[in-house]
Amino acid sequence: MASALINVPPRARRGEIIEIKTLISHAMETGYRRTQLGAPIPRDIIRLFVCTYNGTEIFRAELHPAIAANPFIVFSTVATESGTIQFQWTGDNGFSVTESASITVD
Amino acid sequence: MQRLTSRRQFLRVAGGAVAGLGTVMAIRPARATPAEMQDAIRKVVGSARITPGKVTLELPPLIENGNAVPLTVSVDSPMTDADHVKTVHVFTEKNPQPNVVGFHLGPRAGRARVATRVRLADSQTVVAICQLSDGTFWSASADVVVTLAACLEGGVGI
Amino acid sequence: MLLIALAASAVASETPSPDRRSGYEFMSPQTRAMQDDDTANPGLLWVLEGAALWGRKTGAAGRACADCHGDARGSMQGVAARHPAFDPARGRPVDLEQRINRCRVERQQAPPLAWESRELLALTAYVARQSRGLPIDIAIDARTRPFLDAGRATWERRQGQLNLSCTQCHDANWGRQLAGNVIPQAHPTGYPLYRLEWQSLGSLQRRLRNCLVGMRAEPYEFGSPDFVDLELFLMWRARGMSMEAPAVRP
Repeated sequence: MASALINVPPRARRGEIIEIKTLISHAMETGYRRTQLGAPIPRDIIRLFVCTYNGTEIFRAELHPAIAANPFIVFSTVATESGTIQFQWTGDNGFSVTESASITVD
Repeated sequence: MQRLTSRRQFLRVAGGAVAGLGTVMAIRPARATPAEMQDAIRKVVGSARITPGKVTLELPPLIENGNAVPLTVSVDSPMTDADHVKTVHVFTEKNPQPNVVGFHLGPRAGRARVATRVRLADSQTVVAICQLSDGTFWSASADVVVTLAACLEGGVGI
Repeated sequence: MLLIALAASAVASETPSPDRRSGYEFMSPQTRAMQDDDTANPGLLWVLEGAALWGRKTGAAGRACADCHGDARGSMQGVAARHPAFDPARGRPVDLEQRINRCRVERQQAPPLAWESRELLALTAYVARQSRGLPIDIAIDARTRPFLDAGRATWERRQGQLNLSCTQCHDANWGRQLAGNVIPQAHPTGYPLYRLEWQSLGSLQRRLRNCLVGMRAEPYEFGSPDFVDLELFLMWRARGMSMEAPAVRP
């Protein structure tokens, strides 16, 4: 299930610092667990989260198995101009999800 | 010291044979040690000096479930082009491996404050290291008590 | 460490106890904050998926839930708070999951969704979300009373290798510590919920199976009358309490 919940204020004043909240569904399988029969469950995690604002990278996070399932990341950026804030998560087994949100900056 | 394997994979089975009654065995992966955490920190920092200060690490002191622990790192910084936070890395000393997350900020962040949720496998010390734009490294640590560990407890079963 | 006084009676009474508290009140402030923030509560990911499934045409009938029920935010208000509810076709109460599957099979002509499957959890979460804040309202009448009594009998019966009954912990010893955790009163106000231990959303029956395994008793099959009768009893016991789905629990 690759659904993501993004929270970006739809509108901001130029120069205002806005808070962005992201939540994505992913089991973040650590690679340290075993089934009840003892078979190891291979690692399967999101490794990278990148946020761009009208194409310019404004935030990046490198994730390890210690990030809890359904990764939740809250960060901030300066509202510089109207446009698109894009979010990309990539990880093991070709995992790749992109979401975007529009922002109007007055 | 050069490491021959980048990741330790040996697992020790706790207890004896697999129980026939369907109880879950706690398989214990090798845990990181404080020394391995220092190695992981050095990989990020190199030989530079790390000074305690400037960065704040917020974690609840008593954690009922280590599977989803809220964690916030913040740095006292004006976040201007001339003076800002470049990175914040978080490490643990007793999780199966020491790295938790690496955040890359910059002047466009406006404020050096990032929150997430992490897994903590034991009562332990968590360390945050930040690098500023002038190249200096600063650290903070927090001690936590974990009642129910992540990674090591709890079966896979419905 | 909580030192709450023991409940007075070990037997579920007909009148709701004024001491009733949701599991929410036994959690740490951090876990409560996770539940309260819709931008941070992972259960909302399943609600989001459920909203998408609600509008998707499926089955041989090529029908979406929305085609009959319209906007769930209106039509599904209070539904989860009333389940398990009597189903005349089956002559017995059914829970929300069974009700959804009945629609799937009969109205959409699609195969039923498997218990604890992603899709069934998503739809249940979406429907239950529409009851958030509403009081649990289980109708007990001549038709449902025998099933309520059966559920109560399960609640009071000693089971498993540890020879424990549900009531011993959850009526007589709530608030005390068991293996590092506080024993809650076992009111299903938040289901389906995100359990930190599962690192996933799950149903009330999944939670009950965990209880039974913990008591070293044979867990009932998903969807069995034993479970649905117990669900009916638990929801009735929690009547008047506020729905919290999708809740977060440790």
